[in-house]
Amino acid sequence: MQRSPFSLVVVGCSRGGLAASRRLLEALRRRDHLTMVIVQHRGPEPSPLVSALASASPFPVSEAEDKEPLLPRRVYVAPPGYHLLIEDGHFELSTEAPIDYSRPSIDVTFASAARAFTRGVVGVVMTGGNSDGAKGAAEIVRRGGKLVVQDPSAAEAPDMPRATLEAGLDPAVAPLEELGAVVRRLALQMNEPAGAQR
Amino acid sequence: MARWSAEQGPRTEGPAAVGLPAGSPLNGGREDELDQRWAKSELDRAETSAELEDIEIAALLEAIYRFYGADFRSYARGSLRRRLRRRAELEGITTISGLQERLLHDRACMERLLADLSINVTSMFRDPAFYRAFREKVLPHLATYPFIRIWNPGCSTGEETYSLAMLLSEAGLYERTRIYATDINAGVLAVASRAVFPLEKMREYTENYLAAGGDRAFSEYYVSGYDGARFDPRLARNIVFARHNLASDSSFNEFHAVVCRNVMIYFDVHLQRQVHELFYSSLPRLGVLALGGKESLAFSGREEDYETVDGAERIYRKR
Ligand SMILES: C[S@@+](CC[C@H](N)C(=O)[O-])C[C@H]1O[C@@H](n2cnc3c(N)ncnc32)[C@H](O)[C@@H]1O
Repeated sequence: MQRSPFSLVVVGCSRGGLAASRRLLEALRRRDHLTMVIVQHRGPEPSPLVSALASASPFPVSEAEDKEPLLPRRVYVAPPGYHLLIEDGHFELSTEAPIDYSRPSIDVTFASAARAFTRGVVGVVMTGGNSDGAKGAAEIVRRGGKLVVQDPSAAEAPDMPRATLEAGLDPAVAPLEELGAVVRRLALQMNEPAGAQR
Repeated sequence: MARWSAEQGPRTEGPAAVGLPAGSPLNGGREDELDQRWAKSELDRAETSAELEDIEIAALLEAIYRFYGADFRSYARGSLRRRLRRRAELEGITTISGLQERLLHDRACMERLLADLSINVTSMFRDPAFYRAFREKVLPHLATYPFIRIWNPGCSTGEETYSLAMLLSEAGLYERTRIYATDINAGVLAVASRAVFPLEKMREYTENYLAAGGDRAFSEYYVSGYDGARFDPRLARNIVFARHNLASDSSFNEFHAVVCRNVMIYFDVHLQRQVHELFYSSLPRLGVLALGGKESLAFSGREEDYETVDGAERIYRKR
């Protein structure tokens, strides 16, 4: 199986996700060798999500395109109305039916990231009002990736992080203020020669 | 997803278990490789299972292509894998090779898979902003030709084709236009040429039509019949519906515009590139290529050979 050439941080969030994602991005540094994929539930209406995230990010932010190759030091956002998959180093957009009313589904992206980047993945489950992400988080852990969950007691919407905690995956848990630093440390550790990653 | 767990792994069924001596010519001395496959950590097994599943999928696709002629080998693999797993699950089967067996020996199962994989969803004036852009930015250019040829591959049941016909006729161009509407699927083409669509869709289509900048009463285009909304036969007059497979058939003409929306998103990157070559060779200079809302020229290998007419609506013009 191919080894990932950089760490992939996959982030799932729903209600309250924009502010939380911004906090996460603010913790990153320009030279960090990682890429972030953010799956946030949202309606089909055009939204300023990309520009709202760009102002907090050290990396370029864009909506993932079908068959777009993943590059290091980027932030990709799942477009509304499609599932976002990762296959062979590039994105795939899929029109499969919504899962529990969600398309994009966090579970779908997490599971496909876990398959494609195996030990090079850090999954992050943040604020949200449903239980999407828990199944995908289990896939990330099963394939050797790391998992970080926002402390639900301080989350704007606690259901999503709580559902992942209840899956018994033994994740790192942190409040939003510390989440970015934890995620960054785990992602960068993966890149070190001593780690599982090249 | 792993199709077998650690407990089920056939570790005790290797060559040693059936009594072959190590290095025996009967097993080609390959038992070490078998060990490598099975006697590993949980994590390695997760990787092996992913690799195995890829092999099973490739074998299944090859088998149904050879036996039924249904060719999904170049479809986008991630989404295809999910659809195959889902079909296996619904059939109560735990492995992709188990699904392969059922597909080859049970025609009804193959029909269910075909239904899973044939995505024909479409609607009239789907993405109204696209039609608005086409009306405003493409029709004036098409108007400069004495005779207009448009290719609409992957037309499905024809809603898109009739929408284009309405645009063209409102601009006074339809009389000198021919639209070649093609699809791989004969069933959808039969529906398309009947030009009868469900009445309950008319409200949505009317809204789309207005949002696309239509300035007539949409209801002028159809009459309500017992079987649905029958569209004005004049709209079909200059449309040719025909079978064409984008993966294996060549181009059959030169077109001033190719409108191919929400088709290539189902293809893998290689087939996408191949189809982009087909379109490129079917367009004259300044010919227009219109793609679906999330389909981009960016990774087609031809990105330098077009200029953008409308980036958001994915409309391009050949240089
Ligand atoms: C989702 S529909 C798109 C319909 C319409 N263009 C739209 O955007 O509303 C996709 C269509 O592509 C057709 N298709 C799939 N593979 C094809 C191929 N290899 N060649 C031609 N058409 C194909 C399918 O039969 C289906 O009707």
